[in-house]
Amino acid sequence: MSEELKVAVTLDMRGLLCPMPVVKIAQAIKDVEVGELIEATATDPGVLADIPAWARSSGNDLVVMEKLDNKEIRFVVRRVK
Amino acid sequence: MKSDPTKPKRLAIIASKGTLDWAYPPFILGSAAAAMGWEVNIFFTFYGLTLLKKEVTAAVTPLGNPAMPMKMPFGPDRFQEIEWPIPVAMMPIPGFQAIATSLMKQTFKNKGVASIEELRQTCMDLGVQLTGCQMTMDVFGFECEDFIPGVEIAGAAAFLEYAADADVTLFV
Repeated sequence: MSEELKVAVTLDMRGLLCPMPVVKIAQAIKDVEVGELIEATATDPGVLADIPAWARSSGNDLVVMEKLDNKEIRFVVRRVK
Repeated sequence: MKSDPTKPKRLAIIASKGTLDWAYPPFILGSAAAAMGWEVNIFFTFYGLTLLKKEVTAAVTPLGNPAMPMKMPFGPDRFQEIEWPIPVAMMPIPGFQAIATSLMKQTFKNKGVASIEELRQTCMDLGVQLTGCQMTMDVFGFECEDFIPGVEIAGAAAFLEYAADADVTLFV
């Protein structure tokens, strides 16, 4: 975690399968201000394709997405509108 | 034909099957699309209509479902990996469908898949419109009160009008 990001909300999506990670991020983004960041940790490899697709479709920003050494996937999205 | 690029995308789904396995795709796609900001209407017709009942009783059986993996959702990992070669002749035995249904529910739960009830509620929370088919209600003798609140009732023309402006249309 080298970036200096101020995260407004942290979500634990470990164990969740499709479509819940996308649903959870869509619900959470409504509760943060425009410009704020949400950080999430997931275990479903499906999020590698689905979260970027969600970000493009919903018009939000996928700031970072990375596979951790423990196979978990960490990503940060920014509410754009 | 989409004139306004700022208009949200639209998904129209026909859900025609009421078994536990086929109950998933409409609700998964519907909730995912709504999460992406799309406008969604799922039209429940024929056996799919039972998915709108207050209590979902969807079941599944491997009978006539030759591709359905028969695995156990409990025990050591090696045991769970076994794919059981169940003879077709055993599948009509009374109780087999109930067992297969509870095994599938347990497997889905173990893996972290939401239940049909949870996915259906998620769809409604995200603004997905659930529509019941009037003709099927007449045929099977369902009343509006049999369904969860928020369900609208319509027919083929109403679905087609909605689907004509949809970006994605699916028949499940």
